[in-house]
Amino acid sequence: MVNERVMEKLGILADAAKYDVSCSSALSKRENKDKGLGNAKGYGICHAFTEDGRCVSLLKILLTNHCIFDCAYCVSRKSNDVKRAAFTVQEVVDLTIGFYRRNYIEGLFLSSGIFDNADYTMERLVRIAKKLRLEENFNGYIHLKAIPGASDELLKQAGIYADRLSVNVEMPTEQSLKLLAPDKNHKDVIKPMEYLKNEIAGYKEEKKLNYKAPLFAPAGQSTQMVIGATKESDLEILGMADYFYQQMNMKRVYYSGYVPISYDNRLPAIGTPVPIIRENRLYQADWLIRYYGFNVNEIVGLNQPNLDLDIDPKLGWALHNLNQFPVDINTADLELIKRIPGIGYLSAKKIVAARQFKKLFPEDLRKLGIAYSRAKYFLAFATPFQMQKDLTSIQIKDQILNLQKSKYKNDFSNQLALFN
Amino acid sequence: MTQVIYDGTYEGWLTAVFEIYEFKFQDIVFAKKEASAVLLFAENHFVVTDVSKANRVLKGLKQRLSSEGFEGIYKAFLSDVNQIEEIMFRFTKYVLSSSINVEEDFGNSDVWELRRATRLTRKEAHRMEAFVRFKLTKDQLYYAIIEPDCDVLPLIESHFKKRYADQRWLIYDVKRKYGIYYDLENVSTIELQFNTKSNSANHLTEICDEKEEFFQNLWRCYFSSVNIESRKNMKLHIQHMPKRYWKHMIEKIPETK
Repeated sequence: MVNERVMEKLGILADAAKYDVSCSSALSKRENKDKGLGNAKGYGICHAFTEDGRCVSLLKILLTNHCIFDCAYCVSRKSNDVKRAAFTVQEVVDLTIGFYRRNYIEGLFLSSGIFDNADYTMERLVRIAKKLRLEENFNGYIHLKAIPGASDELLKQAGIYADRLSVNVEMPTEQSLKLLAPDKNHKDVIKPMEYLKNEIAGYKEEKKLNYKAPLFAPAGQSTQMVIGATKESDLEILGMADYFYQQMNMKRVYYSGYVPISYDNRLPAIGTPVPIIRENRLYQADWLIRYYGFNVNEIVGLNQPNLDLDIDPKLGWALHNLNQFPVDINTADLELIKRIPGIGYLSAKKIVAARQFKKLFPEDLRKLGIAYSRAKYFLAFATPFQMQKDLTSIQIKDQILNLQKSKYKNDFSNQLALFN
Repeated sequence: MTQVIYDGTYEGWLTAVFEIYEFKFQDIVFAKKEASAVLLFAENHFVVTDVSKANRVLKGLKQRLSSEGFEGIYKAFLSDVNQIEEIMFRFTKYVLSSSINVEEDFGNSDVWELRRATRLTRKEAHRMEAFVRFKLTKDQLYYAIIEPDCDVLPLIESHFKKRYADQRWLIYDVKRKYGIYYDLENVSTIELQFNTKSNSANHLTEICDEKEEFFQNLWRCYFSSVNIESRKNMKLHIQHMPKRYWKHMIEKIPETK
């Protein structure tokens, strides 16, 4: 089935899908049944990494890059002069199976330009997932894009065959969406999210009563925002993310640093660097909120609406809250230890386990793999830890920045790079 | 000093531990299969693997460790790191001498070193679950060659068995010269002569399925299409996908034509 023409389509439709940053293949427990193919594990597997360092775990493609919309930030927009292509249902099925059997991928991530209308597009996406599950007995991971405006009935079908569904919000605020994607509005995106949230919650209830209840999007839903294309602050972005986590029970919100792809004067010009550091800081802040018990307002607020680019948000928080420190790691609660810069989530747990055996000394912390040179400013003054001088937050920041050979250091140097 | 020589298997090592206690040996070093020539003045003790002795050591460890900690010792054994047997022995001695579970005593260097070896193996096993690349032969066998630092085949067997229940497959470790083979029913360990020059064009057309080369090229095409040039970060790329694995990964091998 798969022939030479598919190679060309794959080039076009993988290239067009690569700006969608979601790559997770975790959190679904779809077990191999009846000696079929595939077994979606609880944890994700990155099968390869691109030269830009991102994980490749799914065959991430568009069904087609023909699109009736004209969103300025999107390579597949109607007015863009690019080569167009479309896969057939069977071609996507064959590619997925061929790649999966060779252990290249964990499954399929299928998105699409909108051709004709929302339902027409969604129906094809669903047909591919259905064919994989029912005809190929495929139990690998499937992530489908839910097309805004698609009917509830099709969304339901999608949830039955896919592991995860996502609708991209694209822009953090309604104004930017209106500016760059005149055909879209937030309401069309929120509606399917809400529908999916309720269906997923319903499935979870059913599962409690009957463990054999058929799966419905067991890995939940996610969304993505493009950042740096418009002028939102990190406060607005993280506030929006928080809304999705709290109100929509999202599993993940992805942040996609805008890669300039057009000469449209509403957008950063081609050649403007991708805001990679900012994107990284947003992910760090996102983790602090989801796994470290931080509240959004502790990280960004009206008085400081943007994250520091030169230090990570946890260090930033600590420097603004020196009154919470020093912390005695031999007695403090786990929650407080997690908040010490240089000590991660797992290390904090190890500290709490290890201190039952003996009092921990600085060298023990180093052994545990903690960034001691960074953490020491926030640790208890009592023995065995050395007395730290009373330093101001600016002094601590300077010392830490000097200590670490930051990979971004050059980006912040005041000196001109003469020989670039 | 006593040099304890065992057959290189996990059961053999456990038997050795039993006998070290039995004969009250002090100051020991381990050797696989034959005595090391470097140790001129050591007494040699040859261990004959004995399942009942091995089981008694296992039982003692099981009582004092969580199931994760218990399996951790075996994983450390598979790590093949330098002097792992001695690290395992010191850890075992600490575990057996204590009435409470000490596996989280991270302030203790034997606990920590053992944990590091365990983690090394676990990490590489996970990587091999990811980086194995199967090729399809004319007689519909999916085979892959790997060359890991740690002896991970025993750990990844069930993963591949569950995942590829409906295809015959073989994963061969060229470094240790054995493989695991799934025949649609069971997984067995096999030893065979494998031609490692299997990336040549001739080889592909000779033994591989007619679609195999095409799928490899499709994968290469996909791999290069998803890269975003303006975000290039080779340091991160290599950190995630170390170069030592590249020679068996399709996407890192140039096209044969």
